[in-house]
Formats: sequence, C-alpha cells, structure tokens
Amino acid sequence: MKVLLLAALCLSLAGKAVSEEARKSGYDFMSPQTQAMQNDEVTGPAALWLLDGEASFKGNCARCHAEGSMKGVAARYPALHRGKLVNLEQRINACRVEQQKAPAFAYESRELLALASHVGRQSRGLPIRIEVNGTIREYLDRGKDSFHRRQGQLNLSCTQCHDDNWGRKLAGSTIPQAHPTGYPIYRLEWQSVGSLHRRLRNCLTGMRAENHALGSPELVELELYLMWRARGMKLETPAVRP
Amino acid sequence: MARVVVNVPGQAKRGEVLEIRTLAAHAMETGFRRTQLGELIPRDIIRLLVCTYNGVEVFRAELHPAIAANPLIAFTTVATESGTLEFRWSGDNGYSATQSVQITVV
Repeated sequence: MKVLLLAALCLSLAGKAVSEEARKSGYDFMSPQTQAMQNDEVTGPAALWLLDGEASFKGNCARCHAEGSMKGVAARYPALHRGKLVNLEQRINACRVEQQKAPAFAYESRELLALASHVGRQSRGLPIRIEVNGTIREYLDRGKDSFHRRQGQLNLSCTQCHDDNWGRKLAGSTIPQAHPTGYPIYRLEWQSVGSLHRRLRNCLTGMRAENHALGSPELVELELYLMWRARGMKLETPAVRP
Repeated sequence: MARVVVNVPGQAKRGEVLEIRTLAAHAMETGFRRTQLGELIPRDIIRLLVCTYNGVEVFRAELHPAIAANPLIAFTTVATESGTLEFRWSGDNGYSATQSVQITVV
C-alpha cells in the first residue's frame, strides 16, 4: 500500500510543468547588479549593438519600413514564412535576400545580432504571442517532443532541469525556467550579444547530446515551443544574463 | 568600428556633482588566452581613458588585462562652467576613439 502511494506521488510529481502564474523570467533569478545592467538602457552593454542595429536599419531597411514599425514583430516569431518555419533572424535575412537582393548575414554575425536586437527592442514590454494554427501545430509538437525527450550521454531532457528543478543550483548557477524572453541577450559569460540558438547549443553541449547547427530546423522548432511555453510573458530584448 | 557611448546630464547647477558614464565597444583580449592550436592570442586592450573638461583633465583611468569586454567606466566631477567634456580612449593596435559632449551650467 505504502509502495503504491509512493509510486502515485512520484508519478504526480514527474513531468510537472510550471503553471502560467508561477512562470518567472531569467531576470528574476539574477543578482541586483546584473538586473541593473539590464535596466540601464543608455549605457548597458547591449546599447552598443542597439546603436549598430539602428544605424543598419536606417541604412538598409528604412526605405520600406518606417522607423518604429517593427513594434510587436519579435513577439510573434518563430512564424511561417512562405510555408517554412523561420525565426526573427531568418525572417530578417529572408527580407534581405528576397527584397534587397543582398547576401544573407551569417547566422551569429554581429550585423544580424544588431538588427535582431534593434527590431526586438521595439517589442520590449509586449507579451509574447505565438498563434498556433494549421501547420504551426506540427512544428510545435516536434519542438515539444525535443524539449521532453531524453538525449545525450547524460540521458537528460530539458524538462528535467527547467520544469522539475528550476530555482535549484547546477554547480554555482541557479537553474532558470528557460523562457526565451530577452533574446538576443548580452551574456556576461560570452562578453557579447548572442542568439537563442547559441544558448541552446550551450545547453545541448552540457547534456553531451548531439548538437544542431545555428539556424537549423530542429533549433527553430525548439525555439517555437519555448516561445509558446512563454506566451503572455513580457519581452525584455535585449536582456542581460550572467 | 570604434563605437562609444557617453551619458552626461546636459544641464547642471554650478557646484553640482555630475555622474558621467562611459561605455566603449572593445573585445579587451587579455593576451593570456590561447587558440585551440595552442598559439597565444596577442593582447588587444584599451590602455587609457582621459576626460577633459574645457581642456582641463578631470579624470584618467589606466586599463589592464582581465578587465571585461566593453568596459563601462563611471565617475564624477563637479560642474564648474558651461563647456565641453572631451573623452579620449586609446589602446593597443592603434585603437583610438573620441567623443565630446556639451554641458550647460546654470
């Protein structure tokens, strides 16, 4: 009887996702000093990328897109573009290739990160809105599956840390809930701005799992699931993380 | 591209203490790290930041290896008269950046 009860208790605890009200941004887990860096919009470290992005937008994009017209855009990506799931960076590159007839920026290049930061900045404070309809559902299911699937030499899944053990320590660092609310982020460990895919690859390396290329469909699907999981939370782009 | 940001209040009262915040885009490569092939990556850092207020030096900072990339340096000075604050960064490999800000003292 006792064994049964224990088993039932374990089952009810396993795979427990965070309820919508209990969700916390990575910001809430940071020290006040790091939070102050993110709050400082003028001389925070991401300002350097924002200024580059603004200049690049004026030079390349302003002929079609009015300044400030990108408000809310970052909050609804990844989304479908010509029948394919793309994230914000890939959508910017698609615009470059299709409309400007210019070569695409390399995925983790400073130019692309700067533009994505500038576009993302205009959605700061807006809730994430991922619309799930039609084929998006299939991509979302695949992303959800990869979040919950055990993988790598350590046989870990994302959910074991980020749903079951958030708030606890992994080595010296607090495990956050993995809500991608502030990308591209200035990460202190990187000493620069980087994309969500760079961050996801860090995690997969730590799990000793097979990694995916920056901008690969697998990572975009996972990004879609994470954004859907964080739906309604406010964007902080460009955020600062330790 | 030498990108720098300076934040100074545009207007101040005479005798008021001003907080000045400066940010410079720089990798601040320490000179102690090696590539995956074991070759030393040469040092590439900002060495000096000098701030002058109407030509008079009011702040100077010498920077060294192991200072984080994109250094933010904040300091204070007393508002004495209207004029120009000039900032000059210099460093390895001919790095140099300047910025000047007008301030009105009432």
